[in-house]
Amino acid sequence: MSCDKEIVEMMHQYLDGDLDKSEEKKLRAHLQSCQACQHHFHELKRTVALVTANVDLQPSPDFTKKVMSQLPTEKKRNSVIRWMRVHPMITAAAIFFILMMSGVFSAWNQDQLSYPTGKNLIVKNDIVIVPEGVTINEDIEIQNGNVKIEGKVNGDVIVINGEHLTASAGAVSGDIKQIDQIFSWLWYRLKELGQSVFDLTK
Amino acid sequence: MMEERLKKSIKLVKKGDQTAFEDIVSYYQNNVFAICFRMLGSKHEAEDLAQETFIRAYVNIHSYDENRKFSTWLYRIATNLSIDRIRKKKPDYYLDAEIKGTEGLTLYSQIPNDQVLPDNEVESLEMQAYIQKEIMALPAKYRSIIALRFLNELSLKEISDVLEIPVGTVKTRIHRGREALRKRLRHV
Ligand SMILES: [Zn+2]
Repeated sequence: MSCDKEIVEMMHQYLDGDLDKSEEKKLRAHLQSCQACQHHFHELKRTVALVTANVDLQPSPDFTKKVMSQLPTEKKRNSVIRWMRVHPMITAAAIFFILMMSGVFSAWNQDQLSYPTGKNLIVKNDIVIVPEGVTINEDIEIQNGNVKIEGKVNGDVIVINGEHLTASAGAVSGDIKQIDQIFSWLWYRLKELGQSVFDLTK
Repeated sequence: MMEERLKKSIKLVKKGDQTAFEDIVSYYQNNVFAICFRMLGSKHEAEDLAQETFIRAYVNIHSYDENRKFSTWLYRIATNLSIDRIRKKKPDYYLDAEIKGTEGLTLYSQIPNDQVLPDNEVESLEMQAYIQKEIMALPAKYRSIIALRFLNELSLKEISDVLEIPVGTVKTRIHRGREALRKRLRHV
Protein backbone atom coordinates (compact mmCIF):
# COMPACT_ATOMS: atom_id res chain seq x y z
CA MET A 1 0.00 0.00 0.00
CA SER A 2 2.69 2.43 -0.90
CA CYS A 3 0.49 4.24 -3.37
CA ASP A 4 -1.31 7.46 -2.96
CA LYS A 5 -4.89 7.36 -1.73
CA GLU A 6 -5.59 9.57 -4.69
CA ILE A 7 -5.14 6.63 -7.05
CA VAL A 8 -7.73 4.52 -5.20
CA GLU A 9 -10.09 7.47 -5.20
CA MET A 10 -9.59 7.73 -8.94
CA MET A 11 -10.47 4.07 -9.34
CA HIS A 12 -13.80 4.69 -7.63
CA GLN A 13 -14.41 7.77 -9.69
CA TYR A 14 -13.66 5.76 -12.79
CA LEU A 15 -16.18 3.10 -11.73
CA ASP A 16 -18.75 5.85 -11.16
CA GLY A 17 -18.06 7.26 -14.62
CA ASP A 18 -16.74 10.44 -13.04
CA LEU A 19 -13.27 10.62 -14.64
CA ASP A 20 -12.49 12.82 -17.59
CA LYS A 21 -10.21 11.67 -20.39
CA SER A 22 -6.98 13.10 -19.02
CA GLU A 23 -7.60 11.69 -15.53
CA GLU A 24 -8.42 8.34 -17.05
CA LYS A 25 -5.11 8.43 -18.91
CA LYS A 26 -3.30 9.14 -15.67
CA LEU A 27 -4.99 6.21 -13.96
CA ARG A 28 -4.23 3.86 -16.81
CA ALA A 29 -0.60 4.88 -16.85
CA HIS A 30 -0.30 4.23 -13.16
CA LEU A 31 -2.05 0.86 -13.31
CA GLN A 32 0.32 -0.25 -16.05
CA SER A 33 3.31 0.54 -13.91
CA CYS A 34 2.01 -0.53 -10.48
CA GLN A 35 1.07 -4.08 -9.77
CA ALA A 36 -0.45 -3.45 -6.34
CA CYS A 37 -2.88 -0.89 -7.74
CA GLN A 38 -3.66 -3.08 -10.70
CA HIS A 39 -4.62 -5.84 -8.29
CA HIS A 40 -6.71 -3.46 -6.20
CA PHE A 41 -8.50 -2.23 -9.30
CA HIS A 42 -9.27 -5.76 -10.46
CA GLU A 43 -10.70 -6.63 -7.06
CA LEU A 44 -12.94 -3.59 -7.17
CA LYS A 45 -14.20 -4.42 -10.65
CA ARG A 46 -14.82 -7.99 -9.58
CA THR A 47 -16.69 -6.86 -6.48
CA VAL A 48 -19.01 -4.76 -8.61
CA ALA A 49 -19.52 -7.69 -10.98
CA LEU A 50 -20.33 -9.98 -8.04
CA VAL A 51 -22.94 -7.73 -6.49
CA THR A 52 -24.40 -6.76 -9.85
CA ALA A 53 -24.49 -10.31 -11.20
CA ASN A 54 -27.79 -11.43 -12.67
CA VAL A 55 -29.27 -12.11 -9.33
CA ASP A 56 -32.68 -13.49 -9.93
CA LEU A 57 -34.21 -11.66 -7.03
CA GLN A 58 -37.94 -12.04 -7.33
CA PRO A 59 -40.81 -11.94 -4.91
CA SER A 60 -43.35 -14.75 -4.83
CA PRO A 61 -45.36 -15.30 -8.03
CA ASP A 62 -48.58 -14.08 -6.44
CA PHE A 63 -46.99 -10.94 -5.01
CA THR A 64 -49.21 -8.53 -6.93
CA LYS A 65 -52.33 -10.44 -5.95
CA LYS A 66 -51.33 -10.35 -2.30
CA VAL A 67 -50.76 -6.60 -2.40
CA MET A 68 -54.05 -5.93 -4.17
CA SER A 69 -56.00 -7.97 -1.63
CA GLN A 70 -54.49 -5.97 1.22
CA LEU A 71 -55.34 -2.53 -0.10
CA PRO A 72 -57.82 -0.72 2.10
CA THR A 73 -61.31 -0.84 0.67
CA GLU A 74 -62.62 2.61 0.09
CA LYS A 75 -65.47 3.75 2.25
CA LYS A 76 -68.56 4.10 0.16
CA ARG A 77 -69.16 7.73 0.83
CA ASN A 78 -65.54 8.53 0.07
CA SER A 79 -65.87 6.86 -3.25
CA VAL A 80 -69.09 8.77 -3.95
CA ILE A 81 -67.40 12.09 -3.26
CA ARG A 82 -64.39 11.04 -5.28
CA TRP A 83 -66.65 10.01 -8.12
CA MET A 84 -68.36 13.40 -8.01
CA ARG A 85 -64.99 15.15 -8.10
CA VAL A 86 -63.84 13.08 -11.02
CA HIS A 87 -67.05 13.62 -12.95
CA PRO A 88 -68.10 17.21 -12.26
CA MET A 89 -70.10 17.54 -15.47
CA ILE A 90 -72.18 14.44 -14.88
CA THR A 91 -72.70 15.50 -11.29
CA ALA A 92 -73.80 18.97 -12.35
CA ALA A 93 -76.11 17.50 -14.98
CA ALA A 94 -77.62 15.12 -12.44
CA ILE A 95 -78.21 17.91 -9.95
CA PHE A 96 -79.64 20.08 -12.72
CA PHE A 97 -82.02 17.28 -13.60
CA ILE A 98 -83.07 16.81 -9.98
CA LEU A 99 -83.68 20.53 -9.61
CA MET A 100 -85.75 20.50 -12.74
CA MET A 101 -87.80 17.58 -11.51
CA SER A 102 -88.31 19.13 -8.13
CA GLY A 103 -89.85 22.21 -9.63
CA VAL A 104 -87.33 24.93 -8.97
CA PHE A 105 -87.71 26.09 -12.53
CA SER A 106 -91.34 26.72 -12.05
CA ALA A 107 -90.47 28.60 -8.90
CA TRP A 108 -88.24 30.79 -11.01
CA ASN A 109 -90.95 31.44 -13.50
CA GLN A 110 -93.41 32.61 -10.94
CA ASP A 111 -92.70 36.27 -10.86
CA GLN A 112 -93.95 36.44 -7.37
CA LEU A 113 -92.15 38.55 -4.85
CA SER A 114 -90.76 36.49 -2.01
CA TYR A 115 -88.94 37.62 1.08
CA PRO A 116 -88.50 36.45 4.64
CA THR A 117 -91.53 37.18 6.74
CA GLY A 118 -91.77 37.99 10.39
CA LYS A 119 -88.65 40.15 10.29
CA ASN A 120 -90.29 43.58 10.41
CA LEU A 121 -89.62 44.17 6.74
CA ILE A 122 -91.73 46.71 4.89
CA VAL A 123 -92.83 46.13 1.32
CA LYS A 124 -93.64 49.09 -0.92
CA ASN A 125 -94.17 48.73 -4.70
CA ASP A 126 -92.05 45.61 -5.03
CA ILE A 127 -89.37 47.14 -2.85
CA VAL A 128 -88.51 45.27 0.29
CA ILE A 129 -87.25 47.69 2.89
CA VAL A 130 -85.27 46.92 5.97
CA PRO A 131 -86.43 49.91 7.97
CA GLU A 132 -84.28 52.11 10.07
CA GLY A 133 -83.85 50.78 13.59
CA VAL A 134 -84.42 47.18 12.49
CA THR A 135 -81.52 44.75 12.80
CA ILE A 136 -81.64 41.34 11.14
CA ASN A 137 -79.16 38.83 12.46
CA GLU A 138 -79.11 36.40 9.56
CA ASP A 139 -78.87 36.14 5.79
CA ILE A 140 -81.90 37.35 3.87
CA GLU A 141 -83.01 36.41 0.41
CA ILE A 142 -85.34 38.49 -1.71
CA GLN A 143 -86.71 37.12 -4.94
CA ASN A 144 -88.38 39.07 -7.74
CA GLY A 145 -88.08 42.40 -6.02
CA ASN A 146 -85.69 45.16 -5.11
CA VAL A 147 -84.29 45.78 -1.72
CA LYS A 148 -83.50 48.88 0.21
CA ILE A 149 -81.60 48.66 3.45
CA GLU A 150 -82.04 51.45 5.91
CA GLY A 151 -81.52 49.40 9.01
CA LYS A 152 -78.88 46.75 9.62
CA VAL A 153 -78.29 43.24 8.30
CA ASN A 154 -75.74 41.13 10.09
CA GLY A 155 -75.42 38.66 7.27
CA ASP A 156 -75.56 38.33 3.50
CA VAL A 157 -78.23 39.91 1.34
CA ILE A 158 -79.15 37.90 -1.71
CA VAL A 159 -81.26 39.54 -4.34
CA ILE A 160 -82.59 37.23 -6.97
CA ASN A 161 -84.03 38.84 -10.04
CA GLY A 162 -83.96 42.23 -8.44
CA GLU A 163 -81.70 45.03 -7.36
CA HIS A 164 -80.16 46.35 -4.25
CA LEU A 165 -81.05 50.03 -4.19
CA THR A 166 -77.89 51.64 -3.00
CA ALA A 167 -79.29 55.02 -2.12
CA SER A 168 -80.02 53.69 1.31
CA ALA A 169 -77.77 54.40 4.24
CA GLY A 170 -78.12 51.12 6.11
CA ALA A 171 -75.41 48.62 6.85
CA VAL A 172 -74.83 45.07 5.68
CA SER A 173 -72.09 43.13 7.41
CA GLY A 174 -72.00 40.31 4.85
CA ASP A 175 -72.04 40.24 1.06
CA ILE A 176 -74.70 41.64 -1.18
CA LYS A 177 -75.32 39.33 -4.06
CA GLN A 178 -77.46 40.18 -7.03
CA ILE A 179 -78.50 37.28 -9.13
CA ASP A 180 -80.27 38.29 -12.33
CA GLN A 181 -79.78 35.46 -14.74
CA ILE A 182 -81.40 32.11 -14.47
CA PHE A 183 -78.05 30.43 -14.94
CA SER A 184 -76.27 32.36 -12.30
CA TRP A 185 -79.21 31.73 -10.08
CA LEU A 186 -78.96 28.03 -10.85
CA TRP A 187 -75.25 28.13 -10.25
CA TYR A 188 -75.88 29.71 -6.92
CA ARG A 189 -78.40 26.99 -6.07
CA LEU A 190 -76.02 24.27 -7.23
CA LYS A 191 -73.22 25.63 -5.12
CA GLU A 192 -75.54 25.73 -2.17
CA LEU A 193 -76.74 22.21 -2.80
CA GLY A 194 -73.22 20.96 -3.41
CA GLN A 195 -72.10 22.55 -0.18
CA SER A 196 -74.83 20.88 1.77
CA VAL A 197 -74.06 17.53 0.13
CA PHE A 198 -70.43 17.85 1.16
CA ASP A 199 -71.42 19.01 4.62
CA LEU A 200 -73.59 15.93 4.98
CA THR A 201 -70.76 13.63 4.08
CA LYS A 202 -68.31 15.16 6.49
CA MET B 1 -44.57 3.28 -23.98
CA MET B 2 -44.39 1.74 -20.54
CA GLU B 3 -43.57 5.10 -18.94
CA GLU B 4 -46.68 6.69 -20.39
CA ARG B 5 -48.82 3.75 -19.39
CA LEU B 6 -47.56 3.89 -15.82
CA LYS B 7 -48.17 7.63 -15.63
CA LYS B 8 -51.72 6.99 -16.74
CA SER B 9 -52.14 4.27 -14.14
CA ILE B 10 -50.88 6.56 -11.40
CA LYS B 11 -53.38 9.23 -12.47
CA LEU B 12 -56.17 6.67 -12.37
CA VAL B 13 -55.15 5.48 -8.91
CA LYS B 14 -55.18 9.09 -7.74
CA LYS B 15 -58.70 9.36 -9.06
CA GLY B 16 -59.73 6.37 -7.02
CA ASP B 17 -59.38 3.51 -9.50
CA GLN B 18 -57.90 0.81 -7.31
CA THR B 19 -57.48 -1.74 -10.09
CA ALA B 20 -55.04 0.55 -11.91
CA PHE B 21 -52.63 0.02 -9.04
CA GLU B 22 -52.06 -3.55 -10.20
CA ASP B 23 -50.00 -2.31 -13.15
CA ILE B 24 -47.77 -0.34 -10.85
CA VAL B 25 -47.21 -3.25 -8.48
CA SER B 26 -46.35 -5.73 -11.19
CA TYR B 27 -43.97 -3.29 -12.87
CA TYR B 28 -42.00 -2.29 -9.79
CA GLN B 29 -42.25 -5.41 -7.64
CA ASN B 30 -38.84 -6.87 -8.55
CA ASN B 31 -36.96 -3.64 -7.91
CA VAL B 32 -38.72 -2.95 -4.63
CA PHE B 33 -38.23 -6.53 -3.50
CA ALA B 34 -34.54 -6.37 -4.40
CA ILE B 35 -34.03 -3.23 -2.31
CA CYS B 36 -35.74 -4.83 0.69
CA PHE B 37 -33.85 -8.09 0.26
CA ARG B 38 -30.47 -6.41 0.00
CA MET B 39 -31.21 -4.43 3.13
CA LEU B 40 -32.83 -7.14 5.23
CA GLY B 41 -31.16 -10.26 3.93
CA SER B 42 -34.18 -12.50 4.26
CA LYS B 43 -36.61 -13.35 1.53
CA HIS B 44 -39.50 -13.66 3.92
CA GLU B 45 -38.94 -10.23 5.44
CA ALA B 46 -38.25 -8.67 2.09
CA GLU B 47 -41.55 -9.96 0.72
CA ASP B 48 -43.36 -8.63 3.74
CA LEU B 49 -41.75 -5.21 3.53
CA ALA B 50 -42.12 -4.94 -0.23
CA GLN B 51 -45.84 -5.51 0.22
CA GLU B 52 -45.99 -2.87 2.91
CA THR B 53 -44.12 -0.49 0.59
CA PHE B 54 -46.84 -0.80 -2.05
CA ILE B 55 -49.66 -0.50 0.46
CA ARG B 56 -48.12 2.67 1.86
CA ALA B 57 -47.65 4.02 -1.63
CA TYR B 58 -51.30 3.37 -2.39
CA VAL B 59 -52.59 4.95 0.80
CA ASN B 60 -50.37 8.02 0.35
CA ILE B 61 -50.66 8.32 -3.40
CA HIS B 62 -52.02 11.87 -3.05
CA SER B 63 -48.76 13.05 -1.57
CA TYR B 64 -46.86 11.88 -4.67
CA ASP B 65 -45.93 14.81 -6.90
CA GLU B 66 -46.50 13.76 -10.50
CA ASN B 67 -43.74 16.07 -11.73
CA ARG B 68 -41.20 13.90 -10.00
CA LYS B 69 -40.09 10.40 -10.76
CA PHE B 70 -42.44 7.82 -9.31
CA SER B 71 -39.67 5.26 -8.80
CA THR B 72 -37.72 7.72 -6.64
CA TRP B 73 -40.74 8.23 -4.41
CA LEU B 74 -41.47 4.49 -4.24
CA TYR B 75 -37.88 3.47 -3.49
CA ARG B 76 -37.75 6.08 -0.75
CA ILE B 77 -40.70 4.39 0.94
CA ALA B 78 -38.95 1.01 0.57
CA THR B 79 -35.62 2.18 1.99
CA ASN B 80 -37.25 4.09 4.84
CA LEU B 81 -39.36 1.08 5.81
CA SER B 82 -36.30 -1.18 5.63
CA ILE B 83 -34.23 1.15 7.79
CA ASP B 84 -37.11 1.37 10.29
CA ARG B 85 -37.35 -2.39 10.39
CA ILE B 86 -33.61 -2.76 10.98
CA ARG B 87 -33.75 -0.18 13.77
CA LYS B 88 -36.73 -1.80 15.44
CA LYS B 89 -35.05 -5.17 15.59
CA LYS B 90 -34.48 -6.31 19.10
CA PRO B 91 -31.13 -7.70 20.20
CA ASP B 92 -32.19 -11.11 18.92
CA TYR B 93 -31.76 -9.61 15.49
CA TYR B 94 -28.04 -10.03 15.95
CA LEU B 95 -28.65 -13.66 16.69
CA ASP B 96 -30.52 -13.74 13.43
CA ALA B 97 -27.67 -12.01 11.70
CA GLU B 98 -25.42 -14.95 12.55
CA ILE B 99 -27.51 -17.20 10.39
CA LYS B 100 -28.13 -14.74 7.60
CA GLY B 101 -26.11 -16.95 5.31
CA THR B 102 -28.47 -19.87 5.76
CA GLU B 103 -31.45 -17.59 5.32
CA GLY B 104 -30.00 -16.58 2.04
CA LEU B 105 -29.65 -20.23 1.22
CA THR B 106 -33.31 -20.93 1.85
CA LEU B 107 -34.08 -18.38 -0.83
CA TYR B 108 -32.16 -20.35 -3.37
CA SER B 109 -33.11 -23.76 -2.07
CA GLN B 110 -36.71 -23.07 -3.05
CA ILE B 111 -36.01 -24.44 -6.47
CA PRO B 112 -37.90 -27.73 -6.91
CA ASN B 113 -35.85 -30.79 -6.05
CA ASP B 114 -36.55 -32.57 -9.27
CA GLN B 115 -34.82 -29.79 -11.13
CA VAL B 116 -31.21 -30.83 -11.41
CA LEU B 117 -28.94 -27.85 -11.59
CA PRO B 118 -25.55 -27.84 -13.19
CA ASP B 119 -22.71 -27.65 -10.68
CA ASN B 120 -21.57 -24.22 -11.63
CA GLU B 121 -25.05 -22.83 -11.15
CA VAL B 122 -25.33 -24.32 -7.67
CA GLU B 123 -22.01 -22.74 -7.07
CA SER B 124 -23.26 -19.39 -8.16
CA LEU B 125 -26.38 -19.72 -5.97
CA GLU B 126 -24.20 -20.47 -3.01
CA MET B 127 -22.09 -17.60 -4.08
CA GLN B 128 -25.10 -15.31 -4.09
CA ALA B 129 -25.97 -16.37 -0.56
CA TYR B 130 -22.41 -15.70 0.46
CA ILE B 131 -22.39 -12.28 -1.18
CA GLN B 132 -25.63 -11.36 0.55
CA LYS B 133 -24.15 -12.47 3.86
CA GLU B 134 -21.20 -10.16 3.29
CA ILE B 135 -23.51 -7.31 2.36
CA MET B 136 -25.46 -7.89 5.56
CA ALA B 137 -22.26 -7.38 7.50
CA LEU B 138 -22.17 -3.76 6.31
CA PRO B 139 -24.02 -0.96 8.09
CA ALA B 140 -27.55 -0.34 6.75
CA LYS B 141 -26.62 2.94 5.07
CA TYR B 142 -24.17 1.11 2.83
CA ARG B 143 -26.63 -1.68 2.14
CA SER B 144 -29.20 0.75 0.76
CA ILE B 145 -26.55 2.27 -1.48
CA ILE B 146 -25.52 -1.15 -2.75
CA ALA B 147 -29.13 -2.09 -3.47
CA LEU B 148 -29.89 1.14 -5.31
CA ARG B 149 -26.62 1.46 -7.17
CA PHE B 150 -25.61 -2.05 -8.08
CA LEU B 151 -28.94 -3.80 -8.27
CA ASN B 152 -31.34 -1.23 -9.58
CA GLU B 153 -28.59 0.76 -11.27
CA LEU B 154 -29.85 4.16 -10.27
CA SER B 155 -27.80 7.24 -11.09
CA LEU B 156 -26.01 9.05 -8.28
CA LYS B 157 -28.54 11.89 -8.55
CA GLU B 158 -31.47 9.49 -8.23
CA ILE B 159 -29.91 7.82 -5.20
CA SER B 160 -29.41 11.24 -3.66
CA ASP B 161 -33.12 11.95 -4.26
CA VAL B 162 -34.26 8.62 -2.84
CA LEU B 163 -32.17 8.82 0.31
CA GLU B 164 -32.45 12.60 0.61
CA ILE B 165 -28.73 13.05 1.08
CA PRO B 166 -26.29 15.14 -1.01
CA VAL B 167 -24.69 13.59 -4.11
CA GLY B 168 -21.29 14.01 -2.46
CA THR B 169 -22.38 11.82 0.45
CA VAL B 170 -23.76 9.24 -1.99
CA LYS B 171 -20.36 9.10 -3.71
CA THR B 172 -18.49 8.71 -0.44
CA ARG B 173 -20.79 5.89 0.62
CA ILE B 174 -20.47 4.12 -2.70
CA HIS B 175 -16.69 4.32 -2.49
CA ARG B 176 -16.60 3.10 1.09
CA GLY B 177 -19.17 0.40 0.48
CA ARG B 178 -17.32 -0.83 -2.58
CA GLU B 179 -14.04 -0.78 -0.69
CA ALA B 180 -15.52 -2.67 2.27
CA LEU B 181 -17.05 -5.30 -0.01
CA ARG B 182 -13.78 -5.64 -1.91
CA LYS B 183 -12.07 -6.62 1.31
CA ARG B 184 -14.85 -9.08 2.17
CA LEU B 185 -15.14 -10.63 -1.25
CA ARG B 186 -11.51 -10.71 -2.35
CA HIS B 187 -11.13 -14.40 -1.48
CA VAL B 188 -14.25 -15.55 -3.27
ZN1 LIG C 1 0.08 2.02 -7.30
